[in-house]
Amino acid sequence: MDSILIQLLNGLDKGGAYALIALGLTLVFGTLGVVNFAHGALFLIGAFCAVTFQKILTFSKQVLDPNITFFDAYIEQPYLELWFGETGLAIIDYAVPLSIIVTIPTMLLVGLAMERGLIRHFYKRTHAEQILVTFGLAIVLQEIIRHFFGANPIPTPAPDIVSGSAAIGTWIGLGENFVYPWWRLIYLASSITIISSVFAFLNLTTFGMVVRAGMFDRQMVAFLGINVQRKFTIIFGLAAVVAGVAGAMYAPILPPDYHMGMDFLVISFVIVVVGGMGSLRGAVAAGFLLGILQSLASMTVVSSLFPGIDQIIIYLVAVVILLTRPRGLMGRKGVMED
Amino acid sequence: MMKRLMNIFKKQSDLTTILLFAAGVLTMPIWLDPIGANYPDLLQKFVIFGIFAVGYNILFGLTGYLSFGHAVFLGVGSYTAVWSFKLFTMNVLPAMLFATLISGLIAAAIGFVSMRRSGIYFSILTLAFAQMFYNLAYSVLIPITNGETGLQLRMHDIRIIDNYFSDPLPGLPSTELFGMSMNGYSGFYFCAVVLILAFYVAMKIFRSPFGMKLKAIKSNQHRMRYIGSDTRPYLITAFIISGMFAGLAGALLAVTDPLAGAERMQWTASGEVILMTILGGVGTLFGPLIGVGVIKYLENIFSAINEAVLHNFFSFMPLWAENLLVAITAPFVGEGWHLTLGILFMIIIIFLPGGLMEGFQKIKRRYLTISMKDSESTTKQE
Repeated sequence: MDSILIQLLNGLDKGGAYALIALGLTLVFGTLGVVNFAHGALFLIGAFCAVTFQKILTFSKQVLDPNITFFDAYIEQPYLELWFGETGLAIIDYAVPLSIIVTIPTMLLVGLAMERGLIRHFYKRTHAEQILVTFGLAIVLQEIIRHFFGANPIPTPAPDIVSGSAAIGTWIGLGENFVYPWWRLIYLASSITIISSVFAFLNLTTFGMVVRAGMFDRQMVAFLGINVQRKFTIIFGLAAVVAGVAGAMYAPILPPDYHMGMDFLVISFVIVVVGGMGSLRGAVAAGFLLGILQSLASMTVVSSLFPGIDQIIIYLVAVVILLTRPRGLMGRKGVMED
Repeated sequence: MMKRLMNIFKKQSDLTTILLFAAGVLTMPIWLDPIGANYPDLLQKFVIFGIFAVGYNILFGLTGYLSFGHAVFLGVGSYTAVWSFKLFTMNVLPAMLFATLISGLIAAAIGFVSMRRSGIYFSILTLAFAQMFYNLAYSVLIPITNGETGLQLRMHDIRIIDNYFSDPLPGLPSTELFGMSMNGYSGFYFCAVVLILAFYVAMKIFRSPFGMKLKAIKSNQHRMRYIGSDTRPYLITAFIISGMFAGLAGALLAVTDPLAGAERMQWTASGEVILMTILGGVGTLFGPLIGVGVIKYLENIFSAINEAVLHNFFSFMPLWAENLLVAITAPFVGEGWHLTLGILFMIIIIFLPGGLMEGFQKIKRRYLTISMKDSESTTKQE
């Protein structure tokens, strides 16, 4: 029972990351009609924003170690600690959550630059060409990251205070063995927050209303004298921010390396298709659903029954769904149909 | 005069094309020598990936269906070939036969399911299958694939047929074709012959009614259906054929180096063949081969360069300029070769979606129109 609940939480966690990426992909597809294979790279850049921020905070100076008096021994001491003492250390400790402040504007800029610089020239091209050019862009971004950060995963710890596990079991009366890492809980909460704020933004604001109208009938909205293009460009930036924040927050869970973007992208694409191209709710639902399925499938009980199922469950589900429900779970009619 | 020349080129029969092609491929060690590409490993890569790309082009070039999972067949071909070496004989012909057949069967299964959808859904379905195979190769199928170590020959392999006729020799045996070892240049020439045959088949398909149907599907599938032609069997057949080409290429990879690893099946490997096909020119006969040549050659050159070589290269400049240029170019060579590849790929898609072949044709057309205008003006003067 405990293990099922833990796997459920794990699944929700993974599903949160999937859903955030898939949400961005769907937003971009629904507004601009572009299939963006470089979206995983945005997730990657987000994660490396956190890494870079942490590296900047921990810029160190070599100082004499006061504990060793026999000879001159040097230790690395971050400048922040030298300048601010305890406060500085606390800031370093909170590097990952603080990096969000940097990540958001960076990702917005990256997203806008990407849309204006490349994507906008590909509106009228075929989907195959869009896939290919963004695939090329993803390779380029990934290799740039590798050039600067190397090929090894970079551990990016969460703040000390949440590095342990939360005793969920004792809260809900299931025994003390049922514990779960704090940071993963925070990740789950924040992904749900981000998703709901995106939905609130689209459903409750005038801007969102116009965007939704534009997704439905772009020409009509343009006839009404609204600059649809600019709004869609901003949406692309928003999608980049969502992916970037998802990546930055994911850094403590999975030490970022240069190909994590591609790994997540492939799955996220499958999720978008399962949810239904162009359906935001479908993307989110499918993200969580497949995340949970993947986690449940990796339980020993299941994998002893069907060996290897945890590796392929997502793809298996995708194949089955695409063949039985060609439009995905919640796909609208007329979207991406030849 | 110019026109007559052009007519000869246009009317060239299949036979002249294939003869010219064969001559070109078989003399590769000679004409690639000046650019430093004349050594067996690289030459083998050229022709083997040539087969892969020619096969991929039958699907993507003719029908426009973008498959992201073709590396699976490459991997399956390699595994099958190595298993044939292990179980039956070191002769390469059975290995190639089995590899082609089995990858054809798997292509039939994947194609049957994936071809029910088109467009991006098709791409995602093939991608999903490819990832499934890749992940399984590292988990459940480890008895077959030997996991991360990769499948390789061993001393105590059964090798029924070989051991029946002769006592096993000490040491690992090498792949052979009736006694001819498949290392070095003999391996290259063998692969080259296979490439010529494969190219001949592809050319026949391109110029057959079947190929016309595939092109028609690419240009307008709905209309094909409206005139009462069921497109599905043709699509599946094209998928199977290109899968078999990929399997053959995979088998040849194992022939030249009997070791098969699952990284051959990763989806980036599928991306690579797409890249080669597009770089050369989708849907043209020679394009994919040019793409393979360019990419494999550049890969070979670029990944071998390091900073010392760069310093040497720029050494004629003043020191500060040398250091600056080395600092600028260093990220693009050696380990950074993929960066160059990505940039090259983006440039091609953005400016020349038809690939290098389209570029050649543009230049040719421009040149031809100019020369025709010239000839017209001279006739008027006369």
